[in-house]
Amino acid sequence: MSRAVEESNRRMLRARDAMDRTYAEPLDIPSLARIACVSEAHFIRTFRATFGETPHRYLQRRRVERSMYLLRETDRRLTDICMDVGFSSLGTFSRTFRDIVGESPSSYRRGGGAVSAPTCFVMAWTRPAFTAVSEKPAPAGRP
Amino acid sequence: MLNAITISHVFVLDQDQALDFYVGKLGLEVAEDQDLGFMRWLTVRVPGDPGREILLEKPGPPGMDQAAADQVRELITKGASGFAVGFSTDDCQKTYEALRARGVEFTQEPTTRDYGTDVGLRDPFGNHIRIVQRPSA
Repeated sequence: MSRAVEESNRRMLRARDAMDRTYAEPLDIPSLARIACVSEAHFIRTFRATFGETPHRYLQRRRVERSMYLLRETDRRLTDICMDVGFSSLGTFSRTFRDIVGESPSSYRRGGGAVSAPTCFVMAWTRPAFTAVSEKPAPAGRP
Repeated sequence: MLNAITISHVFVLDQDQALDFYVGKLGLEVAEDQDLGFMRWLTVRVPGDPGREILLEKPGPPGMDQAAADQVRELITKGASGFAVGFSTDDCQKTYEALRARGVEFTQEPTTRDYGTDVGLRDPFGNHIRIVQRPSA
């Protein structure tokens, strides 16, 4: 039984790593499920059981974390940062950012300063905890 | 007082598979490979850096009860074992390309920050490894 869990964990981790690496691309559930070598429905369910949140939510928080990094450490325009991290509309980006962080991107930028730490650690430790919005299952085909 | 770090360990799920990866892919060399009867003492090191070894240790009984070993294995495979090892290199980009060609799974492509250029990768089990090229002085 245990070996099956390990194999499943490793596959889910591979898909999660893909989100961490290619968050800027238009990732969808079918392509992530393919990386994990499982069906789409199985992928969403198993990912959530493994990591405690849906792949959709994981990816949103990753994208918001990367946008926080860019807001802190660059002077790129908000619309550019929104595209840089994989959001396709400024409205969705701003709404998601506010839901997750509790303030707007521009307000966050005014308060921020650079964090000097290896990228993987920044990504692991500064991905915002999700508090403001209730978890909903992701619609099929759209993380 | 203390004067060096000589050995540290990484839990691996299979020592032969670990050798394939740490020696065959990353290019480390075997420092010691001994059957102690109760365990296989398997250490690797960076060629040319004899002072520091990594013990590739397999969790399991009798050193650890089976339930604990199962928990450790589950944590490693879901990427929750923390930061296992950091290596340095003179050329991060070249190392990245060479390792990628050998099928190594990267979590982060070469990224330049104030501390240098680095990459993140996983061993076959899920352990997190980093390779950094410090800025040249």
